[in-house]
Amino acid sequence: MADIHDHEHVGSTKLFVNVWIALLAITFFEVFLAYIDMRRDLMLIILMGGSIVKAALIIAYFMHLRFERLSLVLTLIPAMVICLTLLAIFFPDSLRLYHLR
Amino acid sequence: MNEAAAEGLAVTPVASEWGGGALPYKVGHKKLGMWLFILSDSLTFGALLMAYSYARVASVTWPTPFPFNPGIIFSTVMTLCLLSSSLTMVMAVSASKRRDLAAARKWILATMLGGAAFIILHLMEWNNLIGEGLSPSQLPAEWAEKWPGASPLFGSAFFGITGLHMFHVFSGLCYLGVIATRIRKVTDEDVEISGLYWHFVDLVWMFVFPLIYLLSVQY
Repeated sequence: MADIHDHEHVGSTKLFVNVWIALLAITFFEVFLAYIDMRRDLMLIILMGGSIVKAALIIAYFMHLRFERLSLVLTLIPAMVICLTLLAIFFPDSLRLYHLR
Repeated sequence: MNEAAAEGLAVTPVASEWGGGALPYKVGHKKLGMWLFILSDSLTFGALLMAYSYARVASVTWPTPFPFNPGIIFSTVMTLCLLSSSLTMVMAVSASKRRDLAAARKWILATMLGGAAFIILHLMEWNNLIGEGLSPSQLPAEWAEKWPGASPLFGSAFFGITGLHMFHVFSGLCYLGVIATRIRKVTDEDVEISGLYWHFVDLVWMFVFPLIYLLSVQY
């Protein structure tokens, strides 16, 4: 019962609307980058940066992870980030293929 | 003896927490299960997006077929539908925590409306691209002229990734439909778990949208 009451206080409507506005703002900024003529490699870096911020906002506030125990956060997030980062290990090979052509 | 007692004191809180009969993460087993599913699903999408990026980097030419107007504007509207449906889902979870079940059901239905709008817009776009001649194994003849030597992998990457995502949105609609129908029988944690899934689908789109659409804008 105490748990339910603890959770009742996390996150007000105002906070969630603010998060939503921030997500919209980042989205419009990203779309603006597509509107202006921009170097693709630079654009990729900025877009991924924006998307990681958006993902963090969604996970922290919409998915409530900020209000959960630290043990849950530490179980889920580092494993996910490390596995996803390790997938990038293949990229030197795609550049090799490109230079073979 | 004293030492053992002191040790016992120090160890007891941890032992009781992790020794069974308690919830060490302070979340129910269903919620933990959904989190673990989300973890594994994020790796599925991560692997797909990495494979797409790999194919794109390794190709000499890659089609960039989406004009800003209407292509990118259309997909931006789809993004807005999904983002807004996440906000309504948060409202549904808050309402069900307050045990205001009528409001929770209304917010879930609003969420489903956003998801349905996303799917309808997405299918219209697919229909348009298929009409142009794009398929998982073939580029339209017009594109092949515009981007000579472009890889037909564009089609398989596009339909594969957006198709799997659309399937997730569709599954989410069914899931939310069940939760909305049974709102009086399910607990507020069940509503929250369905929300976790829905937000995850939104989160995946936050990577699919820039990588597949914004980076393929036609100048």
